[in-house]
Amino acid sequence: MSRRVVGPFNRVEGDLEVKLDIAAGKVCEARVVAPLYRGFEQMLVGRDPRDALVYTPRICGICSVAQSVATARALAALEGVAPPDNGRLSTNLVLANENVADHLTHFYLFFMPDFAHDAYRGEPWFGIAGERFKAARGTAAAEVLPARAEFLHLMGLLAGKWPHSLAIQPGGTTRAIEPQERIRIGALLHAFRRFLERTLFGDELEAIVEIGSADALMRWYGSGDPARSDFTRFLHIAEALQLERLGRAGDLFMSYGAYDEVDERLFRAGVWQGGERMPLRPESIHEDLAHSWMGLRSSPKHPYEGVTVPAVPTEEGYSWCKAPRLGGRVVEVGALARQLIDGHPLALDLVARGGGNVRSRVIARLLELARVTLAMERWAREIVPGEPFCHHGALPEEGQGMGLIEAARGSLGHWIGVRNGRIHNYQIIAPTTWNFSPRDSNGVPGALEQALVGAPVREGERDPLVVQHIVRSFDPCMACTVH
Amino acid sequence: MRNRDAGARSLLWLQSGGCGGCSLSLLGAEGPDLATALEGAGIDLLWHPAVSEANGSEFLDLLQRIVDGEIALDILCLEGAVVRGPNGSGLFHVLSGSGRPMMEWIEALARRAGQVVAVGSCAAFGGISSGGGNAIGACGLQYAGARAGGLLGEDFCSSNGMPVVNIGGCPVHPNWVIETLAQIAMGELGRDALDAFARPRSYADHLVHHGCPRNEFYEYKASAEQASDLGCMMEHLGCMGTQAHADCNTRLWNGEGSCLRGGFACINCTGPGFEEPGHVFGLTQKIAGIPVGLPTDMPKAWFVALASLSKAATPKRLKENAVADHIVVPPKTREKP
Repeated sequence: MSRRVVGPFNRVEGDLEVKLDIAAGKVCEARVVAPLYRGFEQMLVGRDPRDALVYTPRICGICSVAQSVATARALAALEGVAPPDNGRLSTNLVLANENVADHLTHFYLFFMPDFAHDAYRGEPWFGIAGERFKAARGTAAAEVLPARAEFLHLMGLLAGKWPHSLAIQPGGTTRAIEPQERIRIGALLHAFRRFLERTLFGDELEAIVEIGSADALMRWYGSGDPARSDFTRFLHIAEALQLERLGRAGDLFMSYGAYDEVDERLFRAGVWQGGERMPLRPESIHEDLAHSWMGLRSSPKHPYEGVTVPAVPTEEGYSWCKAPRLGGRVVEVGALARQLIDGHPLALDLVARGGGNVRSRVIARLLELARVTLAMERWAREIVPGEPFCHHGALPEEGQGMGLIEAARGSLGHWIGVRNGRIHNYQIIAPTTWNFSPRDSNGVPGALEQALVGAPVREGERDPLVVQHIVRSFDPCMACTVH
Repeated sequence: MRNRDAGARSLLWLQSGGCGGCSLSLLGAEGPDLATALEGAGIDLLWHPAVSEANGSEFLDLLQRIVDGEIALDILCLEGAVVRGPNGSGLFHVLSGSGRPMMEWIEALARRAGQVVAVGSCAAFGGISSGGGNAIGACGLQYAGARAGGLLGEDFCSSNGMPVVNIGGCPVHPNWVIETLAQIAMGELGRDALDAFARPRSYADHLVHHGCPRNEFYEYKASAEQASDLGCMMEHLGCMGTQAHADCNTRLWNGEGSCLRGGFACINCTGPGFEEPGHVFGLTQKIAGIPVGLPTDMPKAWFVALASLSKAATPKRLKENAVADHIVVPPKTREKP
């Protein structure tokens, strides 16, 4: 058996290291290391609760709005305030703008360039990937960056700027939209839809969201040139490299539910295991510190009771990341979990056949990209200029609040405790904290650690590409993971 | 790694104690996009964490070869604060795969670079990463807050004789970075192009107040009272736009925005120490009803006198619109009295 330390991984947000034990050409054990600690939970203690709206977006440059929304939800729970319809719609649009832009960035800039690596030059499919997805200078990046930037004009209109806006408040948004601005939002969304249809999908968004099974997907893929769109290029490569056989974790999925509609969420909340959807019980979330570089170790605690005190790194632990568990179990979060728990037939079928894997995670992300863009068009139409965007509440001197939302990468939770008008405790569990957690006190590895076991490693490969594919299939955000 | 064009300036971009938001902002560059802008400026990107192909050992080899002097590094950009804790060990950020604290890598590379650039307020001053009690010992490359020093020391100069250039901002505007890098690549950025905190004067000689669409409300002291109101946010909502150095309202963000245009206060994110204003963000500190943070180069007595005069003359239109979230009283049309 040999041990290999892989890292840094670029094209993930933040710094990441993976320690692999390799035997007989396969990974037999993996340890995921989050090597940077910043301490936002400590910074917030003692501050006025409203300051969290400035601090938490700055946890992460790529999920900044998601952090804002989670804070706003937690404060709204404390205040007992809810946004008016316009504030709800505007928040949905801003959050969706970030999430959709993140999915796009992940696919084009972070994930696909690995298939343009010179190590694949001899593969028969390299012709459709090499020039297209080559990091930094591929033809795809040249088309995607301007489309992404134009799409983010929605942020300029609805949130002032991105990242790090203060437009999302507990009672709604600070930016009322005028009638002509609503028209402009519609125009930007239309332009983005056309980009997706022309470049990413090669088909109408309505046709993509109608694909209802794994077989239907392959029929759609087979109905034309595999190089007719970037989605079909991916499906072609995925077939050749059998990506559906890589990166399977424990297949227990969780979603807090995403985007507020009038009485429900666009994508419903829940937990998925073994073909069954169960209700989410947030009170059964605990964080385990057994293998984290954390002081004041104790039995796993619910975030309301959670403690964050970093320790000097020792041999006992191996990551700054804590190990969140749901009812003591490891869960996987992300677009696949959301689409599965919401009951989209394609996600259901993909998971029934092969669980969470590199291919199904990427397909779910692209499916969601189409579904959310369609929802954005509707939300923009539902805004009523002239009606209020923000309600106003008052913070109590004492209390607790939680904000559970879905960021691009999965379930994001904030738990705040207030005493004497000041933050007494603030705990955050980010999507990649779930996916990239270290082992817990029972020695059970986190989702990525499980997903890497069995990955084939070629002789002499210093930075195994298969490991890169598996790691990036989760779309990790290390800035959020430890915060 | 691309072949280097003859005469091109090499650029290495590293991240440490930060959120990556400056890079994400930079990826939103428009007219032209980032890759085209760098190419046009004659900058050859050796490596950037969000866009480059090289991983792990290939990347670590690159760093080592720069440190060993085998590859010339013209421009080093750091995004995120330098993390010195715990107890000066730097162990709160050990660069993956290297077993070595990131702060040591940053220092070794900075000493090889033609010009060192701090991208964003974290790398420049410590920024949000040094907030709260600064338990991680975060600091900037050449400043810790407003105090000169930081990781490299007050007297540090890059091999071109320049101090660290501090592109403060949380995040930075993409064009602040692109234009500064282009000036460096073309040899056009001298000491006189930097302000007292070594920020590029190209954007730091402006105030956020310039071009603020709420200027008419400011003139008449018609003030917003709560989030989403249209009025001036200086009197009640903590806006620091009259003191903050940046061109956010003349350059605009994401095509059409700025903090003020987004309906929330400027928090002076380009300045050292913005993360600890000494009061709640978004609430104006006052003494005897007068805001503490007045424009920095205006006599206070004059400001108070002018403010009370203009307040007395505030038109009904501004008074009502200031506390509404959309225009409720339009301007009068002269032709139809």
